[in-house]
Amino acid sequence: MTRKGNTIFFKNSPRILSYAAVVGSKESEGIIGSYADIALADDMYGESTYEKAECKMLSTAISLAIEKGGLKQGDIDVLLSGDLLNQIISASFAARDFDFPFLGLYSACSTMSESMLLGATLVDGGYAKNAVCATGSHFASAERQYRYPLELGCTRPPQAQWTVTGAGGLVLSRKGGRIAIINGTMGRVCDLGVTDVNNMGAAMAPAAADTIMRHFKDTGTEPGDFDLILTGDLGALGSRILKDLTWEKGFDISANHVDCGEIIYKVIESEFQGGSGAGCSASVLNSYVLTKMDAGLYKRVLFAATGALLSTVSSGQGESIPCISHAVELEYCG
Amino acid sequence: MTGKTRENYNRNYLNYVKTQDPPTKHFKNCLAAFGVGGLICCIGQFIRYTLEYVGLSGDELAGATSIILIFLGCLLTGLGVYDRIGRYAGAGSIVPITGFANSVTSPAIEFKTEGWIYGMAAKMFTVAGAIIVFGVCSGVIVGLIYLFL
Repeated sequence: MTRKGNTIFFKNSPRILSYAAVVGSKESEGIIGSYADIALADDMYGESTYEKAECKMLSTAISLAIEKGGLKQGDIDVLLSGDLLNQIISASFAARDFDFPFLGLYSACSTMSESMLLGATLVDGGYAKNAVCATGSHFASAERQYRYPLELGCTRPPQAQWTVTGAGGLVLSRKGGRIAIINGTMGRVCDLGVTDVNNMGAAMAPAAADTIMRHFKDTGTEPGDFDLILTGDLGALGSRILKDLTWEKGFDISANHVDCGEIIYKVIESEFQGGSGAGCSASVLNSYVLTKMDAGLYKRVLFAATGALLSTVSSGQGESIPCISHAVELEYCG
Repeated sequence: MTGKTRENYNRNYLNYVKTQDPPTKHFKNCLAAFGVGGLICCIGQFIRYTLEYVGLSGDELAGATSIILIFLGCLLTGLGVYDRIGRYAGAGSIVPITGFANSVTSPAIEFKTEGWIYGMAAKMFTVAGAIIVFGVCSGVIVGLIYLFL
């Protein structure tokens, strides 16, 4: 393992052994529907509350990923997971179902890439043979925590995004699997002063631009070297801003940039700018993107999930929204 | 909180974001609000006429009409219809009394999972509380103006 700037280069290139995604009914109508392992018909997932449903989705994604990798619970050394709810209850409660150790993370919607970065570090350093990285979110539980009650009849502003109901998990291992994590860039908190909680795309775009450009610089690559530059949940508006921000600094990513939030929904009802939430990048990566990579259709992917590190208290007190983005570079290696 | 204050916000970026923002469709929202709000009021008026025909009058008539509208607002909230109307109605479904019913019922449904007392009952007025406070305040102010005129 070596370091340059804020980028960690993995010597043993940890592999993604297996992955799994559980998505909600609305999400399954979009492009990821046929790639996800489980598409829920009922967003309650047979539970009595949405929080329990979110927890069950996450737990299911974790156990499915382990099962698909042909492993047993005893083979897993650590679970790295987090979610959006207060005190990361979904992740901690999901970890009750398993015997292996759990490290709770909070990085809002960029939890997927943060967990992959940390998981890869542990596996690469030999501190863990198999590590599970997972996260998820639920529209109803996020809406209740961050916004209004579900049934309240209010108009959504056109910048708004729709929190994805979905969970994704993957197993990182020293051997096996055709996709390797070759390096990762740690994010810096960026805050350019956006205070509008309905405009997460604009708040998060500078963080994504910062991390992606530092990644290019540290690794000596340029946008054209990647088949896909995948961001988490910037949405349509945030993606436009990201392209502008990077273009301004001399990196043209418009040809191969894709945003998970922008592509996840097919029906444009009131999702407006697209999906958001920790489950957004987790479910798109662990279904559509990794399946395509496994088949060799994408050779090199930069995955930079973005997170808005705000709470209802901070936004209520008029604070602006600090944002972060962590990136990991994935490579197909036959 | 930290060294990040309003003074060192990136003005350029914020101005740039403003140019990229999709505009709120004020005209369309106003039109929808006019239509939906008007329709709800027409339904209210229809209920009033019907009750008048049945034989109610005065305060009883006004009370009964409001009660029926509030009931309908709560029922539609419980059935998950009112939020869908609200999404397209601009403010048309918020302003009438049905909107107030919706703002009380929706948190009540939502927080029922946290128990009847500390969940449903305590959180029932999270949205409507503000309406009540400022409603009463503006009522007092208008009343005082009326008194001295």
